[in-house]
Amino acid sequence: MYLITQMLNGLGAGSIYALIALGYSMVYGVVKLINFAHGDIIMVGSYMIFLTLGSGQPLWVAVLVSISFSAIMGVLIEQIAYRRLLNSGAPRIALLITAIGASIFLQNLAQLVFGANQKSMPKMFQLPAIRIGDMNVSNTLLNIIVAFIMMAFLQVLIHATKTGKAMRATSEDSGAAQLMGININRIIIFTFAVGSALAAVGAVLYTNTYMQIKPLMGGMLGLKAFVAAVFGGIGSIPGAMLGGFLLGLAESLSVVAGQSKWMDAAVFALLIIILLVRPSGLLGKHMKEKV
Amino acid sequence: MKKLMSLLLVAVMLFAVAACGPTDKPSAPSTPGGNGGELPDEIIIGGLAPLTGDVSQYGIASNNGSKLAVEEINKAGGILGKKIKYIAYDEQGDATAATIAYDRLVNEDNIVALIGDITTVPTIAVAQKAVEDGIPMITPTGTGAAITQAGKNIFRACFTDPYQGVLMANYAKEKLGASSVAVLYDTGDDYSKGVADAFWDAASELGLTQTDKEGYQPGSTDFNAQLTKIKAGNPDVVMVPGYYGDGAMILTQARELGITAKFLGSDGWDGLLNQVDESNYSALNGAFYCTQYSLREPGAELQRVMDAYKEFYADSDPEAEYLNMFAILGYEAMHIMAAAIESAGSVDSDKIVEALSNLEYNGVSGSIAYQGGQDPAREAYIVEFVDGVEVMRGVYSF
Repeated sequence: MYLITQMLNGLGAGSIYALIALGYSMVYGVVKLINFAHGDIIMVGSYMIFLTLGSGQPLWVAVLVSISFSAIMGVLIEQIAYRRLLNSGAPRIALLITAIGASIFLQNLAQLVFGANQKSMPKMFQLPAIRIGDMNVSNTLLNIIVAFIMMAFLQVLIHATKTGKAMRATSEDSGAAQLMGININRIIIFTFAVGSALAAVGAVLYTNTYMQIKPLMGGMLGLKAFVAAVFGGIGSIPGAMLGGFLLGLAESLSVVAGQSKWMDAAVFALLIIILLVRPSGLLGKHMKEKV
Repeated sequence: MKKLMSLLLVAVMLFAVAACGPTDKPSAPSTPGGNGGELPDEIIIGGLAPLTGDVSQYGIASNNGSKLAVEEINKAGGILGKKIKYIAYDEQGDATAATIAYDRLVNEDNIVALIGDITTVPTIAVAQKAVEDGIPMITPTGTGAAITQAGKNIFRACFTDPYQGVLMANYAKEKLGASSVAVLYDTGDDYSKGVADAFWDAASELGLTQTDKEGYQPGSTDFNAQLTKIKAGNPDVVMVPGYYGDGAMILTQARELGITAKFLGSDGWDGLLNQVDESNYSALNGAFYCTQYSLREPGAELQRVMDAYKEFYADSDPEAEYLNMFAILGYEAMHIMAAAIESAGSVDSDKIVEALSNLEYNGVSGSIAYQGGQDPAREAYIVEFVDGVEVMRGVYSF
């Protein structure tokens, strides 16, 4: 019973990591860029919810506003920070550094605009209390279900639509894709938009579960989601989900093992292990450098 | 051309580095600002507080209290006939920023005394520097035991962490009838660890069963794993000696998990109510914390200060959001320092330190006496959350 509760805890936290990891994986899959500012898009999404709810709008308006604004923000960052580097074929490391810079910029902008203090959020979704034992698992179940829905939606998008085909083509070989008549700039913008919208969904779930936001919240969250994406195989959608859930489980199991002090360390230990043993991740394609 | 440009750049860089370096200052143990008997034109007192960041609730409050005290003292003629000039810097709740701000206060602003810092970790960092300079320093609210152990010129106006930990353990046993306890603390914070350890040790001495001592990392938002483990041990009371941001999340998550134990906190829970939305107030029921002043049942003197605060801050703090224990302590600390300087008759650091240790001062809730030490004897008030209202449960001591 106790073990089941802990595993549910892990899956609940893991589903938020998974949602964010989906965004990381998507962007990496298409553009080969690790968008470190992704974690801070969640922060942007959460603050948008805070602002819309604060001005008295109903919940569904807040969610819509948050998702659209985050998507726009994601595209803006791509246009301003990454576009020129992508086009000029700059080394990937330059993009990585710019991403980190964008992340820091967003964090400090939020601190300037909203102040550095935490803000409390009202309970968002009034869910009926579903109890296992005396634990109210309605939030956890919501998170897990939404994460799976999002993954299903993404899989459909990528494998059953024309745009998805174009995304896959761009990720395989952007030069050839262009020759085939695919407008890769549009595809990249679309990727960022969808990725950021996913992050906003993650933000909605996060705000509902934890009810507290602050400008630096994207930092650790984004980092753990990044580890989840790498663990599951960066570039792979099911891999991101798997990574997220496994990471959440690792955290709660480390508490079960009596080592709550090492909760965060467990996450990063997993990163080190996977990089040593199977660097392409659990579900990632094992790619050898072609000579 | 290229060579010339690079040489020029190097020259500019060197100049910039030199210009930004700290200005040379005569080093300890000479007393900065003090030249024996002569008084400067104004008494410059420095202040450090987190005006932004995770614990800004405390910094703004304490700083407001100190500024109110300065206004009062100056209106009454100042100290030794000289007006106080109070210069305060925001250290954002960060120890490194605090030490940088401290350097600025001592080297550029030439303070003769320091009111600050507010939370334990930055205060310890600043205290270690203040000990080297010998400047009299009083922290209005820093409760970490290590603060005053740094040196004899470091004082505090509040109670200490070990005291709080032992107090709450006794309260749990005596008033809440607890027979088993658990602890959930912030592993990255000395304040939290200090209170947690004191509570844990006191609990075992009192014969309480210790079920779980769990930790969380700073910045955590998900405590479900630790709370589930604590729940499995079924304690009567759970001690959560963290700051109000963490406390708010822990309490709401605990109630979601169906934990019915009573929750206890230390003085860092002040302001917790502001962190919780109205829809969640019921989650706070059955939670108690200890604090240093009762602003809900004030005596005449305390009422006078509260009214003065509301009047002085009618514009910048119209809801008196920051009128809490920390504001009163900030107010007290400034008055204590002023009284010490007055008694010393000079701005010489050593003389002020000596005056402080022999000081007997009538504060707004009773007298404070250091009696040769650096920690005053203080009482604690217990506050309980009842449906979103803080209810005073009286003074408690053991």
